[in-house]
Amino acid sequence: MTDKKIRVLIAKPGLDGHDRGAKVIARALRDAGMEVVYTGIRQTPEMIVEAALQEDVDVVGLSILSGAHMALFPRIMDLMRQHGLDDVLVVAGGIIPDEDVPALQAMGVKGVFGPGTSTDTIVRFIREHLS
Amino acid sequence: MTDHLVEGVLAGDRRAIARTISLIEDNGAEAQATLAALHPHTGRAHIVGVTGPPGSGKSSLVNALALYFRRGATGERGEGGSPKTVGIIAVDPTSPFSGGAILGDRIRMRDLAGDPGIFIRSMASRGSLGGLAWATADAVKVLDAAGFELIFIETVGAGQAEVDIARTAHTTVVVEVPGLGDDVQAIKAGILEIADIFAVNKADHEGADHAVMALRMMLDLDLGGTATVLHHGRLMEVVRTVTGGEEPPSQGPLPPARPSAWRPPIFKTIATRHEGVVDLATAILAHRAYLEQSGQLVQRERERAAAELETIIQQESLRRVLACAQGEKLAALIDRIVRREIDPYTASQHLLGG
Amino acid sequence: MFDPEKLKKLQEQKSRWEETTLQQSLADRPERMGQFLTTSGAPVERLYTPLDVASLDYERDLGFPGEYPFTRGIHATMHRGRLWTMRMFAGFGTAEETNARYKYLLDHGETGLSVAFDMPTLYGYDSDAPEALGEFGKCGVAVSSLADMEILFDGIPVDQITTSMTINSPAAVIWAMYIVMAEKRGIPMQVLGGTIQNDILKEFIAQKEFIFPPRPSMRLVVDTFEFGSKYLPRWNTISISGYHIREAGATAVQELAFTLADGFEYVRWGMERGLKVDEFAPRLSFFFNSHNDFFEEIAKFRAARRIWAREMRETFGAQDPRSWRLRFHTQTAGCSLTACQPENNIVRTAWQALAAVLGGTQSLHTNSMDEALALPSEYAVKIALRTQQLIAHESGVTHTVDPLAGSYFVEAMTNRIEQEVYRYFRQIEALGGVIPAIEKGFFQREIAEAAYRYQMEIDTHQRVIVGVNEYIEDEPIRIPLLEMDPHGYERQVARLERLRRERDNERVSSTLAALRQAARGTENTMPYILNCVRAYATLGEIMGVFRQVFGEYREPTII
Repeated sequence: MTDKKIRVLIAKPGLDGHDRGAKVIARALRDAGMEVVYTGIRQTPEMIVEAALQEDVDVVGLSILSGAHMALFPRIMDLMRQHGLDDVLVVAGGIIPDEDVPALQAMGVKGVFGPGTSTDTIVRFIREHLS
Repeated sequence: MTDHLVEGVLAGDRRAIARTISLIEDNGAEAQATLAALHPHTGRAHIVGVTGPPGSGKSSLVNALALYFRRGATGERGEGGSPKTVGIIAVDPTSPFSGGAILGDRIRMRDLAGDPGIFIRSMASRGSLGGLAWATADAVKVLDAAGFELIFIETVGAGQAEVDIARTAHTTVVVEVPGLGDDVQAIKAGILEIADIFAVNKADHEGADHAVMALRMMLDLDLGGTATVLHHGRLMEVVRTVTGGEEPPSQGPLPPARPSAWRPPIFKTIATRHEGVVDLATAILAHRAYLEQSGQLVQRERERAAAELETIIQQESLRRVLACAQGEKLAALIDRIVRREIDPYTASQHLLGG
Repeated sequence: MFDPEKLKKLQEQKSRWEETTLQQSLADRPERMGQFLTTSGAPVERLYTPLDVASLDYERDLGFPGEYPFTRGIHATMHRGRLWTMRMFAGFGTAEETNARYKYLLDHGETGLSVAFDMPTLYGYDSDAPEALGEFGKCGVAVSSLADMEILFDGIPVDQITTSMTINSPAAVIWAMYIVMAEKRGIPMQVLGGTIQNDILKEFIAQKEFIFPPRPSMRLVVDTFEFGSKYLPRWNTISISGYHIREAGATAVQELAFTLADGFEYVRWGMERGLKVDEFAPRLSFFFNSHNDFFEEIAKFRAARRIWAREMRETFGAQDPRSWRLRFHTQTAGCSLTACQPENNIVRTAWQALAAVLGGTQSLHTNSMDEALALPSEYAVKIALRTQQLIAHESGVTHTVDPLAGSYFVEAMTNRIEQEVYRYFRQIEALGGVIPAIEKGFFQREIAEAAYRYQMEIDTHQRVIVGVNEYIEDEPIRIPLLEMDPHGYERQVARLERLRRERDNERVSSTLAALRQAARGTENTMPYILNCVRAYATLGEIMGVFRQVFGEYREPTII
């Protein structure tokens, strides 16, 4: 009688306060039956990885619109590895130029979703990658 | 796998703790074995329940309390007694429509980030209605076995009397806020039975004194002038009142011979500014001391074990009966009930007898 | 406005039309949707007639431009007299790079400056603070001290041009830097014109760039009101902003209701400080979003003026007509831009800008097509500026005042928005006012609900967004994006280090200590901030004093 739920951490690294997208995604994932740990704005890489560890999430979703992703994501991915969280699916959304996507994928960010991505696409992506 | 996890938990490994809690939440077969292995190592932590209506600032209060127990009143480590390690389980409601949940309590606990003496876990209620999740009590055991000295459980706070918390915690803090509970009628029924301590949070808001007064009146009414008190729903013989702080005992000095009763003290707090938190924390420790000295602790452990055993038996027998009554047989019986060919009592006899 | 007898006849005629011509038409060619909704989800009827504005009273509800209730505009001649200020929000990287961008824009016909600051500056951190990791110059220009401000405006005639600065929590400090920058060039503060956004309430509601709790934040805002009313008569000490509320997902009604409620809250705080309403209200300005729904936006701007005028006169007892006039800046909707097929954004921006002009805006920023991808390139920003010039000089819409007045549809929509705004006012009041409503998460919840509803409409194809859920292409994006100076950060850090070494550090400490003392008390902090700035104390140092005294705010959990 296992009752496995997908657990997702939604976090906003960096300083920007634009949390519209993060909140919409959090709701959409909840409505898709997932448990969403929402940590809110201004999260440092350390805080994000600590939360991912304690909450034992399957997915970490990072939302960033400030343009600081190329400075913050490598640190987050490093810390994830250091804490043995290699198996956690990491996805990102926000204002992320196409030219940065290959570098992000190389460091282990599996999905990058820009403005205009439907919430269904993200739900499907998560389900496919976890199954 | 299980051995590995148990070792990890006992060594305080955070990944192992997190994994084990998930295992319990997902109700995997390994969970029982893991819990069995952890059981001998539990029973050391003091468990504090924090309950109250939505928006009463439970998370902020837990944040402030945890910070105090870690670092003392001024943020200096060590002040206010030796620092205690703190585990936190924060429960939020599962959506009845989708089965999903948004767990947002960490937002209010960001002061605690980066402290290896703190472990925070968010938990969805997953259909349980008593303010906790089915897995909460077992998750507490994991934190207990991992060596956390104080464990806070923050309930859903959805509005119903959350009696589960009183069964799980040693000390239950009921959080009220001005404006919600300023009418005696508005204070939830059943709250006196579960509260060991009251916190009127957001005390800078209008009506705080009124809320304190309303609570005090309810306590007085309930205690009928003399201090007869319900502790966790159990009527106790009372000789004198000890309080954790808010008001001096109203009666004159009385002989301290027989077990003294605990009158729930009421504190005004402003969690976001860490005001009133020292008194509240002190009262939690005082309540612990009271439970130990009065013999309540032992008694409560027995009650808790009994209740737990009963629940497990209920669930397990239900599971077994339903497992035996293969799907088809069950479906056929249900159809017959609906067609009024059989009544549900007789049907259940069929199942249990069969 | 209409003869009741004629209206009665009209009603009969309308019923007849519905039963005959309409019935026939619907049978032949059914409508495309069961219900037609605005971008904000408000229903739009098939046809509007005098019946829909039967209660409209021309003199009471519309009046004449330049006169109460200003529904038709705040100036008698509107854009026939003077065009709106074409003010492009710009800033990135170092002060040097942004200075060059300003000169480029001025060369191409821009008529006012608008500064975008980077995230560390918005949060009151110096560029080299650990919290600023990776954020330098990304969303705007970094200004960590007076030295940066001096470079930013080097060679720009700040005595002749007005400057708007989008800065909130640290608004008083950045304003002080601007004042001292001019002072050092021999320009007295009395002649300076411009705007600081300084709208902290909407930060709590939507934009989330708050630092301190609401009440001490409000005190700093009122400090600037008081200082400005005495010494900078041409400065708008606040730009009460609906823009970010809308960007966070609010509807048009929510944008207007929450912004006006914020506005009244500032008025109350100013009056509580002992200022006379007419002393500071004329310097309050507004900032709205212009989203996709053309008529809804125009109606929103018209309703805004009418409500503000009425409340300022009737509720707050303002006597000076300048206190009744709602002056506003508009920015086209950043959230309506799409990352895919970015050229389409030029078209979206054009009609959003047109709505702002028809709605009577005083100044306008038009978004660049590439803003869903990065900060705007020179190429993209020029097209955006040209869009305004095209509307101004080629479309003809500026030739008359408030040309859409009297449209049954627009007037009915204006009335509806007004009514719904008042409904929100009553809700906010019931919660105890704006700040308690913030602390209870009321606005945040309303906005999150609206944002989610909107997204679901798109995801379920109830709402078509070209290039996003229909007419999708897989073409790669071909427009050139902005390249920033890769060594900007190092230069900025070096400049900061040199500054901290070479300035008179004793003077810095003593001015900071004096500020701390003032912050703890109730004095106006502006003179103390100015002294810190003159001593070249950094933004982080000055804001650090306030952080210490006021503490930092945590928002309620609303998702």
